[in-house]
Amino acid sequence: MTLAPLSGLLQEGAQPAAYEPVLPGLIVLLPLLGFLFNGVLAMRVGARAAAAVRAGDDGPEHQDDGHKRWVTLVGPGVVGLSFVVVLLNFAGMFHADLHDPVVVSYWSWMVTGALEVDAALQLDQLSMIMMLVVTGVGFLIHVFSVGYMHDDPGYARYFSYLNLFVFFMLVLVLGASFPVMFVGWEGVGLCSYLLIGFWFRDREKADAGKKAFIVNRIGDFGFLVAMFLVFTAFGTLAFPEVFADAPALLEYGGVTVTAITLFLFLGAAGKSAQIPLYVWLPDAMAGPTPVSALIHAATMVTAGVYMVARTSVLFALAPVSSAVVAAVGVLTALLAATIALAQYDIKKVLAYSTISQLGYMFLAVGVGAYYVGIFHLMTHAFFKALLFLGSGAVIHAMHHALHGTHSDADPQDMRNMGGLRTSMPVTWITMWIATLAIAGIWPLAGFFSKDEIIWYAGLAASSSYPALFTVLWVLALATALLTAIYMTRLMVMTFHGANRTGREEARHLHEAPRVMTIPLILLAILSVVGGWVNVPEEVAASVLGLAGALPTSEWLHHWLEPITASATEIRYEHLGEPAHAAPFGGGEVLWAGLSTLAALALVLFTARAAARWKVVPAAEAAVPTGLKSLLFNKWYVDEFYDRFVVQPVLAASRFSWRVIDAVLIDGAVNGLGLVTRAGGAFVSLFQTGQVNTYALVLTLGVLAILGFVVF
Amino acid sequence: MELILFYVFAVTVVGGGIGVVASRNPVASLMFMVVSLASVAGIYVLLEAHFLAAIQVMVYAGAIMVLFLFVIMLLNLGHDYRDDLVRGLYAVCAFVVSGAICGILATRFGGTETSPLYESFPGAAAMDLELAERGAVSLIARPLFQEYVVPFEITGILLLVAVVGAVALAKKRV
Amino acid sequence: MLTEALTTSALLFVIGTFGVLVRRNAIIMFLCIELQLNAVNLALVAFSRYVGVEGQVFVFFVMTVAAAEAAVGLAIIISIFRHYRTVNVDNFNLLKW
Repeated sequence: MTLAPLSGLLQEGAQPAAYEPVLPGLIVLLPLLGFLFNGVLAMRVGARAAAAVRAGDDGPEHQDDGHKRWVTLVGPGVVGLSFVVVLLNFAGMFHADLHDPVVVSYWSWMVTGALEVDAALQLDQLSMIMMLVVTGVGFLIHVFSVGYMHDDPGYARYFSYLNLFVFFMLVLVLGASFPVMFVGWEGVGLCSYLLIGFWFRDREKADAGKKAFIVNRIGDFGFLVAMFLVFTAFGTLAFPEVFADAPALLEYGGVTVTAITLFLFLGAAGKSAQIPLYVWLPDAMAGPTPVSALIHAATMVTAGVYMVARTSVLFALAPVSSAVVAAVGVLTALLAATIALAQYDIKKVLAYSTISQLGYMFLAVGVGAYYVGIFHLMTHAFFKALLFLGSGAVIHAMHHALHGTHSDADPQDMRNMGGLRTSMPVTWITMWIATLAIAGIWPLAGFFSKDEIIWYAGLAASSSYPALFTVLWVLALATALLTAIYMTRLMVMTFHGANRTGREEARHLHEAPRVMTIPLILLAILSVVGGWVNVPEEVAASVLGLAGALPTSEWLHHWLEPITASATEIRYEHLGEPAHAAPFGGGEVLWAGLSTLAALALVLFTARAAARWKVVPAAEAAVPTGLKSLLFNKWYVDEFYDRFVVQPVLAASRFSWRVIDAVLIDGAVNGLGLVTRAGGAFVSLFQTGQVNTYALVLTLGVLAILGFVVF
Repeated sequence: MELILFYVFAVTVVGGGIGVVASRNPVASLMFMVVSLASVAGIYVLLEAHFLAAIQVMVYAGAIMVLFLFVIMLLNLGHDYRDDLVRGLYAVCAFVVSGAICGILATRFGGTETSPLYESFPGAAAMDLELAERGAVSLIARPLFQEYVVPFEITGILLLVAVVGAVALAKKRV
Repeated sequence: MLTEALTTSALLFVIGTFGVLVRRNAIIMFLCIELQLNAVNLALVAFSRYVGVEGQVFVFFVMTVAAAEAAVGLAIIISIFRHYRTVNVDNFNLLKW
């Protein structure tokens, strides 16, 4: 491994050198090796446990934990090493003036007719950001898992799945063509399924995994169809060629490009939990909490946003699809935020919050601010991972406390918590930082990314569909305020007020071990500073951006310029450069300042209001009524789907089984067999065993042939 | 003269054939068979196939028929035979089928000397010339050992296999 | 003479066929098959008079095969006879499933 890029990083102001990828294959390969190592260990452990059960031994308590040391070393280790390699590459790219993506091709994967697909990785500014997030945040979550999952008998299995996930996620973001990306796309779906149903002995959790998988299939169908359409239109599936040819080959706003992008967005909606396919994500909280943090908050669910950003050229060519993306994003954000207001399960609140924030990202990429979508993706990865890990620490503590007294209360229900701040100070502080970040309070990460999104949504109103985008802009603002409310509610119910765990349980509550709190602290730091990589120019000059004291503004914008430039160019060419003002006037600084003030006010107001709520433990709580019941039951969307999608499909399946399969197909097959047997029985009558008969029949045959030849 | 001789032989051939089918005693059948085969040899002579005529008498009418006779006697079928003609519908069927074949052959090949099949060939003269030049054995030996030498050798293998097979099958306590 | 020879051959063949169909004695059936072979030989020799000597070569091969067939066939008949003590083919009805 060469250290040249590293030394390049140390020499400030070095000449822009050509970027040479540093062992890009290793980034992908390391997690795969980790998966193999842990997988083999997990299989051995599983076999030994099964043997112990057969021998009448009471498995888990007696198993030796020797292998866990290796898993602890290898599981997070490979991701950490991968992160180091990514950092080396980042350093190289940071100092290089890279315009075209670097494609590293390993072997020819598929050659069939006109289709040629290489197993190739694409290193550019976008995949670099994604890799940093995946391996960096992924590494912290791996470390956290060491503490969280340590007592689980499936420790090795857990880490093998987690490593496999990181592998597939890296394939997804590094793939240099649609099929390679699709491999990662499907792979992360598989790992998501495996990890949601990690405790598969629990029927509900296994079902949640299946639900996620099936709902994702609908989205994958869209992705596949889009891929077919791209191949028909371009004759190739490699990213560089497709994006280079797109402006010339596709008509602006044409049917083809609109169809391609809408199907792509269907795929994105499945993976990133947008209307109408968002229903799997709340159920996915059945998995271990670090999994929720890694897969269902920081990385996998943002794959849809990444995909739209990656194919930004296509979306820029399809204004209708872009508007659909933006509208769906805002509606999802609003819907999920309202549901989050009334949930009691701490992870469910965070899940709906994730859906809501993903909606924001889609709003960003829908209005053409592709880099802002990625920016929010990154900051969201920091504070949402932190929130999930914090909730994991809380659940961990609650679980131990309830376990200590053999209580069967729900450790995830916020009505059973309250006043945890005294026993878990680190978690409390870090989670407050994340809450303020997600609520968009200056100077935390969420402030910059979220206000940038809302600002661009406002700008979009001046170009195309003014009425639509004005409405979307207002809804986005409103959702931002809802975010502040439900997050404050979560914090107050969990950490403040009186303790509702019970006197005996409260004595068992304790702060998480250091292996869990250190990732929390690191993520809290990232949540604070993460937004400063992209301070908008206007804001940078104002007091909110330290009045021009920053060395650079909009760094991420410039960094991603090579990726988004052509898409932005297309938009400007057809829609005109947007006016630099929000729908109702006012500059960026004004609106940003207003929204942060409003959010802060709401946080304080909610905190004061919530302190006066009379919250009773879940077991004594009344069934919610009125609007609250509507929100608590998630607008009855699941019930609606069950009634109008699941039941009809089940009925159709039952029909195909009972009628088409059992009667028609089986009947045809059995009938065929019956006819053959009856025919055989009939024909065997001629086989008498009498040579004379045979001779006669033979002669008849000769006669027939002779007659045929002669006449 | 030749035609008269031919008719004599032809009648003997057909008569012998009917005798083979009609005789109740296998030995009698066999004797009719020998007569029929010998007459066929006579027709061969009339058709200037002297070598085949000789072979027919020596190998067919001689050796093979003697083999049949041995078997009949070995199995002691000579005197305790019984009527083994099939009867009834089956016999009628057999008669009809045989008659139909006969009819087809008759309509196709009977009595039409002008059929193109009989005209487009060099005819008997060329063969007569070659027969006079080289003799009866050489006539057949040339193609047999030149063009058809491979099938000829394979025939040798076939005979060997037949001998081994016959011994293996007929051996006692197989 | 060709027509006459072919007619004789056809008659001989039909007699052989009829014999195979109506006789039950395996050895006689065998003899009838030999009759059919002879009918074919006769036709070949008759044609060879007009077409060329190859017809006689074929007859030569047919005779050889007939000899081989007679040897093997008779051996089979002997072994069957050892088993059933008869050569009546009505008794040999194992040739079915």
